[in-house]
Amino acid sequence: MSARNLILADLDGDRTWRLQDYLARGGYAALKKIIAESTPPADIIAEVKASVLRGRGGAGFPTGLKWSFMPRSFPGAKYLACNSDEGEPGTFKDRDILRYNPHSVIEGMIIAAYAMGCERGYNYIHGEIFEVYDRFEEALAEARAAGLLGDKILGSDFSFDLFAHHGYGAYICGEETALLESIEGKKGQPRFKPPFPASYGLYGKPTTINNTETFASVPFILRDGGETFLNYGKPNNGGTKLFSISGHVNRPGNYEIELGTPFSELLEMAGGMRGGRKLKGVIPGGSSSPVVPADIMMDCTMDYDSISKAGSMLGSGAVIVMDETTCMVRALERLSYFYFEESCGQCTPCREGTGWLYRVVHRIEHGLGRPDDLDLLNSVTTNIMGRTICALGDAASMPVQSFVKHFGDEFAYHIEHKTCLVPDDVQREGSKIYVGPSC
Amino acid sequence: MLSQESLKLIDVEVAKYPSDQKQSAVMAALRIAQQEKGWLARETIDAVASYLDMPAIAAFEVASFYNMYDLEPVGEHKITVCTNLPCALSGGVHAADYLKQKLGIEFNETTPDGKFTLKEGECMGACGDAPVLLHNNHKMCSWMTTEKIDQLLADLAK
Repeated sequence: MSARNLILADLDGDRTWRLQDYLARGGYAALKKIIAESTPPADIIAEVKASVLRGRGGAGFPTGLKWSFMPRSFPGAKYLACNSDEGEPGTFKDRDILRYNPHSVIEGMIIAAYAMGCERGYNYIHGEIFEVYDRFEEALAEARAAGLLGDKILGSDFSFDLFAHHGYGAYICGEETALLESIEGKKGQPRFKPPFPASYGLYGKPTTINNTETFASVPFILRDGGETFLNYGKPNNGGTKLFSISGHVNRPGNYEIELGTPFSELLEMAGGMRGGRKLKGVIPGGSSSPVVPADIMMDCTMDYDSISKAGSMLGSGAVIVMDETTCMVRALERLSYFYFEESCGQCTPCREGTGWLYRVVHRIEHGLGRPDDLDLLNSVTTNIMGRTICALGDAASMPVQSFVKHFGDEFAYHIEHKTCLVPDDVQREGSKIYVGPSC
Repeated sequence: MLSQESLKLIDVEVAKYPSDQKQSAVMAALRIAQQEKGWLARETIDAVASYLDMPAIAAFEVASFYNMYDLEPVGEHKITVCTNLPCALSGGVHAADYLKQKLGIEFNETTPDGKFTLKEGECMGACGDAPVLLHNNHKMCSWMTTEKIDQLLADLAK
């Protein structure tokens, strides 16, 4: 188990994101083979199933299974959407895939459209990365000019066109039905499920939504085989995955590794702990995933099953590393503010509950905590979870529950002593402006 | 109301969607209008809505929902700093404090000369580049040390 680049393969040296370079590193070979051999769509879905590729956006749902939900004989339009609305704190992998290898996403989407009979697709790109959106538009133009997108792709009977849709600052649009609402030109408020997008999606038509990294993994799977991909990971956790490492490490950044690689190795790749300080806790899968204390984390391998056993989630693969200079109350306060700010306001438990969570954590952090506040926090979370249309309410609750569970002493200290366990100057020094050697 | 150039850009966006789904272009159209006008006044939003044959209130809902649209005037240079947890661990808050001190304003304020507005941002999906800030919504500035912030402000003040 180790570092291995499948998604970001051969990008060193002079190789750029442009079409000619993507072709030179074997790009579009999978698509060309499919077109030349008129591969039956069912065979493609079978290959993706064999790879055990699981959705890279956070939920980890098996991609091949998701594709098989699309009604094959549906008359009329079917849509494909790519979720590049990457705004889960800690996650920054899709930005790099789109910057350095946009054609891998385009090829993956064309293959997916072929397999599911979609005529049109949209890539929903996170608002704050406008320059990446511009580049993706350029990559689309290259693909169209080369006959890889549009009417009668590569001279076949298969037509598919793909467009970029630019978000404008709303975390909730990473939720797949909010994303569809947003493409329709509305507020990004999630829809009730069922009906699921595979039966009622964009403009009411069958739609499949996958994450950027998921699509970017597809060309390799079709070119080298699902089993080859699977074997790079471990059973039930196929392939490689990008991990975005942020926080107190020497080299924050993206690292593509085989699923099942020990966390300790990943930490080593990221240059180890900044200033040689001691690891305190890790949020292993984006801000919504429960925090894991250092000793448990050091025994984990980076895959869906191992992180789940540790009581958290692999999520989007966003690893937020916190060292001993971190005040866990302050860390949670910032996350709770985020969910409060980003709740779409549709469901009362989330709209009111996220504000409540933030205000209570805020008062604990600022020396105004009350003795029963920890019980109050737990009670608010259980009254949010499972009572909302989408998962944002749960996403806001899980950090609160896990921070209080694992670092309860620190919260209690705050409430009792009206101050941080970690002195303020230590915190400031630990989280001062840091620019690593990779920059 | 909107310039010919803006309308042309909006037409390109409209063409991305099925012909009976012009409303899908509203997010892009509002962005383009904001680029032209600097911010989105009610009459600008109304103009966008009427161009796309959609109710004005539906366009206003979109403009008020997504946080990169400015419904009030902002300075010539809007600087949005991410202070979310991953950025904060690598100096996001320090960078924000430094900007406040240099510009003499707090978040959501504009300098008296109308040059700079400072905003606190949520996750921009670039946590590995912390401290990160956005200039006028579209230009991302990475690894912003105090030296680089000085340089940026000097360049923008010209």
